Amino acid sequence: METAGKLAENVMHFARLLRAAGLRVGPDRVIDCVKALEIAGSQHREDWYWTMSAVLLSKQEHRPIFDQAFNVFWRDPKLTEKMMSLLLPKAHGRAAKPEQQQSQRLTDALYSQKKPEELQAEKKEFEARLTFSSREVLSRMDFDTMSAAELTQAKQMLSQLRLPLPVIKTRRFQVHPAGIRIDLRKTLKESLREGGDVIPLVRAAPAELHPPLVVLCDISGSMNPYSRMFLHFLHAITNDRDRVTVFVFGTRLTNITRALRHRDVDVAMAKVAEAIQDWSGGTRIGHSLREFNWRWSRRVLGQNACVLLVSDGLDREAGEGLGEEMERLAKSCRYLVWLNPLLRYDKFEARPAGVRAMLPHVDLFLPVHNLKSLVDLARTLNGPLTRNSQEKRAWR
Amino acid sequence: MPQPLPKSIDQTQALLAAGEYVADRSLATSLFLALAMRRPLFLEGEAGVGKTEIAKVIADGLGRELIRLQCYEGLDIGQAAYEWNYPRQMIEIRLAEAAGEKSKERLAADIYSEKFLVKRALARALEGSGQGTAPVLLIDELDRTDEPFEAYLLEVLSDWQITIPEIGTLRAAEPPVVVITSNRTREIHDAVKRRCFYHWVDYPDARRELEILTRKAPGAAASLSREVVAFVQQLRKSDLFKLPGVAETIDWANCLVALDRVTLDPETVNNTLGVLLKYRDDLERIAGDEAARLVTEAKAAAAA
Repeated sequence: METAGKLAENVMHFARLLRAAGLRVGPDRVIDCVKALEIAGSQHREDWYWTMSAVLLSKQEHRPIFDQAFNVFWRDPKLTEKMMSLLLPKAHGRAAKPEQQQSQRLTDALYSQKKPEELQAEKKEFEARLTFSSREVLSRMDFDTMSAAELTQAKQMLSQLRLPLPVIKTRRFQVHPAGIRIDLRKTLKESLREGGDVIPLVRAAPAELHPPLVVLCDISGSMNPYSRMFLHFLHAITNDRDRVTVFVFGTRLTNITRALRHRDVDVAMAKVAEAIQDWSGGTRIGHSLREFNWRWSRRVLGQNACVLLVSDGLDREAGEGLGEEMERLAKSCRYLVWLNPLLRYDKFEARPAGVRAMLPHVDLFLPVHNLKSLVDLARTLNGPLTRNSQEKRAWR
Repeated sequence: MPQPLPKSIDQTQALLAAGEYVADRSLATSLFLALAMRRPLFLEGEAGVGKTEIAKVIADGLGRELIRLQCYEGLDIGQAAYEWNYPRQMIEIRLAEAAGEKSKERLAADIYSEKFLVKRALARALEGSGQGTAPVLLIDELDRTDEPFEAYLLEVLSDWQITIPEIGTLRAAEPPVVVITSNRTREIHDAVKRRCFYHWVDYPDARRELEILTRKAPGAAASLSREVVAFVQQLRKSDLFKLPGVAETIDWANCLVALDRVTLDPETVNNTLGVLLKYRDDLERIAGDEAARLVTEAKAAAAA
């Protein structure tokens, strides 16, 4: 019994380690895991590993973290327990402040790619960043730099904002007075209410639904004044409805949907800032779009998704390979809307190579540079969207 | 004849092997746990890695009925779980009228009885005819359907029951063996995944792929199979939009057999590349010099 008790305890600690590393492992899974290990009844490390992975893992992307955690934990549980106590001070009451050295060891164990020097150098690099630099600036965004007034205003206006994209018909039917089909089940039910003498027909029409929305937001140096504001807007629409996926890109592509899902805008933004590695660096639009097309498009563009691309089109690689990727993107979604902050200038011309490569493939080309334009955007998108609309032709 | 469930990971592996399915230890472990703990097995992976095949092999190996539910957009309760037989109900109402039946309650009880119920895949899977005979339910390509259907599945997958408002709850005496597959064209909600054991079906390594070919394309010469596997393994390391799956490897080997080839040569490879690669960009990238280079490499690897 002694060993069984120990096992459950260890599995619990392991689950907490995974949870701390960002995996969604609920208590139900911990119970399942203990049961599974007993049933598997194997002493082999490999079987042990696969048993735990089957129960505790639900995403292939989490495997590297799981592997690392597994290797760290099931080698020397004592070490990890110590780390856990540091990582989760709340769970241990008034625990002492984590000692810098030890918590750093856990960070290293869990996130081996992050080096201590980078952590310390962050602040300096943020100061030293150059807009549109050729070097990727590994800095994190600091929301404290946003003025209080700016933040309040943005919050107020953006939390009210909705993105009323037109609905599309689905293949699912729902009751509708002027429907094209008869809902036989409802019809019979209604007729029975009358004793079966009269059969009032209940009609059904295809249900309408917002298409999934995928946002690709440029956060490079040249977009700096706009991207922060836009992130607040994205937070508002991400929480407004389901099936919104948000990516940001500079020199690399980051999926920030989970971070934005947090209800509280401040917490969400802190998480976003944590996730983004290439804030205010250079732009490699072609490269980032390629990464999206290759790795994500088949996973998030199903079911008639609409894509919002937020970028100024200023590409460090001068539009190399950008046309092909834009074409693939345009062909794999329902419609592609490009929001460009530079469009507010009257004399904007489609001269930069990146812009010229992108423009032929977008369905709608709109300005986005201040809160007002975001409100306007919502209004414009409310109208019927057709591929290759007039708004864009004007800019050719 | 229904067979008892395997009692260990080794037995599970043997069961799959008996059904000509070459599984690695990780899959056997997940499957064994799913069977032992009566949980659905959630298989995710690229197209053509043999996800659906697993369910067929289990059903075959265990001697159970395989009930397949192919998902598609707009799949609803009427097509997935159960439906009332409306024409028969209408006739019943008319007959009752003719017989002078006036009680609404009696009529309702009559027409909402089990004999008017048309059971679809999910309801049939819960029926079962006794201990140890529960069918294998394959919910194929769950990512193709929409969120409302996923939500509907929750009740079925956790409590093994379907609630029919008119008559009550249909509950399984013995939970079926459930296999869910997804091509990951969208993320399945965590609530569904939570109830399942998850397994990512990856492309096989060279040794396992060769074993698969030996079983699935027995007509190919041993040397040809080795070259084919080495070529495909190299191809998977290339920068392609869609990597060829195991299904493609088997198809290709059979094509080469049909063309009477006993060894790979650049020309044949170029002519049959469409079997492996289904995107124009990928074809353009590989056809020609790259294919010739891969053939040389594959031959060297196969000879080693």
